[in-house]
Amino acid sequence: MRLTLKIWRQQNASAPGAMKTYDLDGVSTDMSFLEMLDVLNEQLQSQGEEPVAFDHDCREGICGSCSLMINGQAHGPEVTTTCQLHMRSFKDGDTITVEPWRAAGFPVVKDLVVDRSAFDRIIQAGGFISANTGSAPEANSVPAPRDKAMRAFDVATCIGCGACVASCPNGSASLFMGAKITHLGELPQGQPERYSRVVDMVAQHDAEGFGGCTNIGECAAACPKGIPLDVISQLNRDLRDALRQGR
Amino acid sequence: MAVSGLVFIGFVLSHMYGNLKALSGELAFNEYAEHLRTLGEPLLPYSGLLWIIRVGLIVSLVVHVGSAVVLARRAHAARPVKYANRKYKNSSFSSRTMRWGGLTILVFLIWHLLNFTIVKINPAGGETNNPYRLMVDTFDLWWMTLIYLAAMAALALHLHHGTFSALQTLGLTNTAAARSRARAAGWVLAVVVAGGFSLVPIFTLLGVIS
Repeated sequence: MRLTLKIWRQQNASAPGAMKTYDLDGVSTDMSFLEMLDVLNEQLQSQGEEPVAFDHDCREGICGSCSLMINGQAHGPEVTTTCQLHMRSFKDGDTITVEPWRAAGFPVVKDLVVDRSAFDRIIQAGGFISANTGSAPEANSVPAPRDKAMRAFDVATCIGCGACVASCPNGSASLFMGAKITHLGELPQGQPERYSRVVDMVAQHDAEGFGGCTNIGECAAACPKGIPLDVISQLNRDLRDALRQGR
Repeated sequence: MAVSGLVFIGFVLSHMYGNLKALSGELAFNEYAEHLRTLGEPLLPYSGLLWIIRVGLIVSLVVHVGSAVVLARRAHAARPVKYANRKYKNSSFSSRTMRWGGLTILVFLIWHLLNFTIVKINPAGGETNNPYRLMVDTFDLWWMTLIYLAAMAALALHLHHGTFSALQTLGLTNTAAARSRARAAGWVLAVVVAGGFSLVPIFTLLGVIS
């Protein structure tokens, strides 16, 4: 495959960036998108140019490190992470634009790498349960209804990649927050902090500069883990209950 | 945003019902208009209940537009650098046009109030104190009917997403089934309200109402 790549290049957080065009030949359809970028970087290095910086870690779709807005879609045209996106999803001769996540809460560090520590701060604000240390309690002493446990498991698959923010026309992180709030709120262990959690997480979310949700639904469509839109309804419901309790 | 939106859903439904009185003729329509003013008498003064409703609607409008401005500003600030290439995967046209659609409805609302309530402008130059005649004279002009139908298209789009969005914001769509029902409610309200409102201008232009 021969490809034309239009990639965002930015030296550092304060430097202005621009799209740059690269031609790449000899791409196999079996390569992952990141392997294709590895080939591009080898080519760039052999030409004495600086390689394109991009985030990646596990390359098996579970860590949430990789990102990239590919042809205007978070993680590209398939519902998966960029590392699990393969070049067979593209055609010979394609022009592919590659941009970093665009959000005030995710400042660009370099090229395609963005700083997603805003998500860590949202988690620190309330996305946890307090548990005593020491020996683990008998598991069956805290019964969890099966349907609630299943819902908690389903939304706990969120890897915090930020595709929801990147794809949201409002730049909102509500799907991410909703996933955490639903995950912990469905389980007995999450109950003591349930209502302070939602208030604190939403306050941190807004302070990080993320936008407000208008329920457009691009986030759920872009989510590589298929987190459904109803977690945002759950977030709103918990927030409503919390405000009613005067928190 | 959601609560004020639900107030407007209630309003457009009852407003549409009142408009359909035009199908029963001049007497029924004008009696209904007068009845709105005498409703609640003698406990309330003439037009008393109408003004209570109007104040509620004005407050809702301020809250609704105010929330929209806050959300639009936050969205603008949340993405300082725009994408060079942007594709939408699975969102409705209506959900992405709420702001422009809302602005269209607001501009229409100003004209609509000048036309029928505040100034009572008769674009055909006829009488203005008979609500039925003012309405027929207005919709007898094809371009006035066109403006009203365009506004109803904007209202339909706004209701299509707005209904679902309000239910979601109020935390009432916690399952996939509830979400489908909320989306269906959006469709039903959009078709019923915009369709019901459009009947009167269309029938007037066609001469069924005269």
